[in-house]
Amino acid sequence: MGRIQLKSVTKSFGDVQVIPPLDLTIEDGEFTVFVGPSGCGKSTLLRLIAGLEDITTGHIEIDGKDATDLVPAKRGLAMVFQSYALYPHMSVRKNIAFPLKMAKMDKAEIDRRIEAAASVLNLTDYLDRRPGQLSGGQRQRVAIGRAIVREPAAFLFDEPLSNLDAALRVGMRLEISELHKRLATTMIYVTHDQVEAMTMADKIVVLQAGVIEQVGSPLELYQRPRNTFVAGFIGSPKMNLITGAEAQKHDATTIGIRPEHIEISQTEGVWKGKIGVSEHLGSDTFFHIQTDVSKEPLTVRAAGEMSLGYGAEVYLSPRTEHLHRFDAQGLRLG
Amino acid sequence: MARAVTPQRKILTTLVAWIIGLLIFFPIFWTILTSFKTEAQAINDPPLFLFFDWTLENYAVVQERSDYMRFLWNSVIIAGGSTLLGVLIAVPAAWSMAFVPSRRTKDILLWMLSTKMLPAVGVLYPISLLFVEFNLLDTRIGLIVVLMLINLPIIVWMLYTYFREIPGEILEAARMDGATLKEEILYVLTPMAIPGIASTVLLNIILAWNEAFWTLNLTAAQAAPLTAFIASYSSPEGLFFAKLSAASTMAIAPILILGWFSQKQLVRGLTFGAVK
Repeated sequence: MGRIQLKSVTKSFGDVQVIPPLDLTIEDGEFTVFVGPSGCGKSTLLRLIAGLEDITTGHIEIDGKDATDLVPAKRGLAMVFQSYALYPHMSVRKNIAFPLKMAKMDKAEIDRRIEAAASVLNLTDYLDRRPGQLSGGQRQRVAIGRAIVREPAAFLFDEPLSNLDAALRVGMRLEISELHKRLATTMIYVTHDQVEAMTMADKIVVLQAGVIEQVGSPLELYQRPRNTFVAGFIGSPKMNLITGAEAQKHDATTIGIRPEHIEISQTEGVWKGKIGVSEHLGSDTFFHIQTDVSKEPLTVRAAGEMSLGYGAEVYLSPRTEHLHRFDAQGLRLG
Repeated sequence: MARAVTPQRKILTTLVAWIIGLLIFFPIFWTILTSFKTEAQAINDPPLFLFFDWTLENYAVVQERSDYMRFLWNSVIIAGGSTLLGVLIAVPAAWSMAFVPSRRTKDILLWMLSTKMLPAVGVLYPISLLFVEFNLLDTRIGLIVVLMLINLPIIVWMLYTYFREIPGEILEAARMDGATLKEEILYVLTPMAIPGIASTVLLNIILAWNEAFWTLNLTAAQAAPLTAFIASYSSPEGLFFAKLSAASTMAIAPILILGWFSQKQLVRGLTFGAVK
């Protein structure tokens, strides 16, 4: 079990309130991702749940029991840190055994669990090495191993992949998702990378300045962003946000249209523009196009390979059924 | 661009380094040399360098006149005991300053260090009175406590700088893993800080070993360490340089050997915090 509830939780450092009153429920078995720009309070929120920081006011409940004043170890949660935080003076085996030893578990059971975790994580051949002799990906797996042997109520991940190179990151992303499917344990995952959020999450919590901007499934957030912040944050490349006269035509202060929802044509269309930089990925082509409707160049996606010269004149047509409308406060209309 | 070092420059700096090194080493060297001379040769003018009748007579006399082993044992107990006690107190203190600093941590550290700027003689009276009151005069335990207190600021400072190099996330991981504060310090922090603790211990053994003010003032016969042993040869009977040198050599030999074998840790200790 691992249902975590935050009830009017706040956190202040001195006079600075980093988390204004916040309510959130994370259901048992859910993969929840906290995402937001750096400094948005997502790591702090995770540390509050872990018990590494004390909350200023409010309550945290884990499986219906008040955990507000419990020390980290008594909350039944396991954490994987950004820096892995392995014990450098212990072998992989001892690293993984450490939480079990602290729990005074008997030797045979400890060995059984280490073997099981090592085989799941492909670490069997490395059990007697020190962390310093392992690659980044292996260290990450040891950190995960140390977390899973405890059979915690929930896993907390604090930007676990940000120290890995891009290729490894994609691999580990899949491994963690796979692990979640297999263990069906609650996981809370903090990242600033919206791609990680979109690909892994059952539920995404978008944070900005300690405030929850929106909670929902990846597709909900993608299709119906509640405000301009979420609209701009979720999706890659970013949604085009247009203000001014063009937005007014749609009775909105701001309109948003995703790069894949704009048709590009050399002959006819609603907006006229000039091709700037083109990015050719093979599977897609992204054009950055300067138009009259917006000061910022618009990003447009064309499926497959498409070549248009720098400075070429083109016409763009937004697919109106995919148009997002926002009011003066940046909140979604309709 | 890397700084270019010409061969000439390298020779020059090497030469300067050697000269400074020899200059620092010279008094020790001369002491050792003198200890093998006769009393007459020791005060010969001009001084004799290597060509004299080498003799072990001084060592024999010193050995005969005083119980070297007892002084040595006292030194070992006092230096070792005060360092050990100091480390036991300083580890938790440095832990709290390094990992849960408050707004005043920096001030406290500076204040602690400032006590080292106080001339020792300033507190001689109160400490002597306390020693009399608690019957600690000429006891090893009394000296252990005083020397521990004298060196504690340095031990705390050194450990603090070493602990600061240890990532806090590792200690948080231990906390998440269910380690109590004691287990966290014992199984995670201390093993990781072993090199730092070793340098601290070494440096403080040397400081305590060489400490002369308190050891001379607070001991008579029972608890007197090697510093008192040396002092007993600069006696009112007149100066016996050769014997004094022999006693000095015997007193510094153990610590010199210890220092020789632990050069690496010592260098780290002396430059504490400066180089990683």
